[in-house]
Amino acid sequence: MIQHLNFGDLLPYWDVFARGLLFTIVLTLTSTVAGLTLGTAGAWARTFGPRWAGALTRAYVEIIRNTPFIVQLFFIFFGLPALGVKLSENTAAFIAMVVNLGAYSTEIIRAGIEAVPKGHLEAGASLAMSRWEIFRHIVLKPAIMNVYPALSSQIIIVMLGSAVVSQISAEDLTYAANYIQSRNFRAFEVYIVAALLYLLLAIGLRALLRGIGRAIFPKG
Amino acid sequence: MSLVSIRDVRKSYGAQEVLKGVSLDTGRGDVVAIIGRSGSGKSTLLRCINGLETYQSGSITVDGMAVGDGKTDLRTLRRHVGMVFQQFNLFPHLTAGENIMLAPTVVVKEQKGEARAVAESLLEKVGLAGKFDAYPSQLSGGQQQRVAIARALAMRPTVLLCDEITSALDPELVNEVLKVVERLASEGMTLILVTHEMRFARDVGTKLVFMHQGRVHEEGPPKALFGQPATPELAQFIGVQP
Repeated sequence: MIQHLNFGDLLPYWDVFARGLLFTIVLTLTSTVAGLTLGTAGAWARTFGPRWAGALTRAYVEIIRNTPFIVQLFFIFFGLPALGVKLSENTAAFIAMVVNLGAYSTEIIRAGIEAVPKGHLEAGASLAMSRWEIFRHIVLKPAIMNVYPALSSQIIIVMLGSAVVSQISAEDLTYAANYIQSRNFRAFEVYIVAALLYLLLAIGLRALLRGIGRAIFPKG
Repeated sequence: MSLVSIRDVRKSYGAQEVLKGVSLDTGRGDVVAIIGRSGSGKSTLLRCINGLETYQSGSITVDGMAVGDGKTDLRTLRRHVGMVFQQFNLFPHLTAGENIMLAPTVVVKEQKGEARAVAESLLEKVGLAGKFDAYPSQLSGGQQQRVAIARALAMRPTVLLCDEITSALDPELVNEVLKVVERLASEGMTLILVTHEMRFARDVGTKLVFMHQGRVHEEGPPKALFGQPATPELAQFIGVQP
């Protein structure tokens, strides 16, 4: 049976889509900023930090990178209440995304730090700079510059992976799509639109990241 | 009293002893040129003076501050000891001017405007006025090395260590860097250089040190040593008949 596509049935739900899209955008942007901050701190701990902080970070990174995102999400949302930590769907989604991106970006940024020539650290030390000043002013920016493409890809992956948060009823774009198709039974059309929106989001995010890269890193 | 005093310094990497009891005095305003084969310990010795390398026994003092005794704060020491490297080591994400301003603003907490004025005058001094906003990747090796010298000078060091600063340069760029160093010497800056530029060592140096197998094999006034080396090793190294 050939079913005729009918996007008209979606129109009454445009605001549901819009809210889901907005949620996904806000969730992605906020968790990217927080996740990269966490990743930077983790990379610092692994390279410049005290031994105990490095070991702790390493355990965190291994645990997160070797378990599924959805399990991490369920653990935070369904598991933590057993310990008395009760979170809303949205907060749980945000935390899961931050924790996940934090672990991956720790490893990516650490690789960038290790690629900074040792001579630059020695030059900083010779100028009487402290280890923290060396990290902050000499290492960090070139390190991120070294791995910016990998970091950008990871951010896109996390944005696309955010679809999973619909599983705990955080009201993102995928949640909106699920909701709409359960009302109008136009699953095919709904997911075509959802897929297109994700595609546009990814393209837009990539362009945004490229622009940011161009603005903060020197040319040449 | 000497500004930099090195007394019987020994250093080994595992079983390999690279400095076998080195003593060397550098007075204020001296230009000490250290020459010798690769592996003779020249660079290691230089790097011990500002604490980039540790050593096992002996002592080093700079302007009365003991290096590597665990009591002197290395950062305090390094504010008085500048260093220029073979590979320039400019920070690639900063412009020439920012490279020079970084330590004065971050370490010494100078005001931006003040540090900028100093950076501009230092760039002029090394012949790079107008390159303030150039990134290292936009500069030639000789220009990068001159920025690196200006960067070290911005901390107003008492002594400047130069570790083979022309060895990574194309031949035609060597002179522009040496000229800057020569000018510093004529202004009375205390310099300790590891170098392969024999002519420079002879003409600008006030003291020549020939290192051989981890020891100071011969030292003295450059012209005398180049004219009449006392040991066959130095004679062979500089290519004259003893």
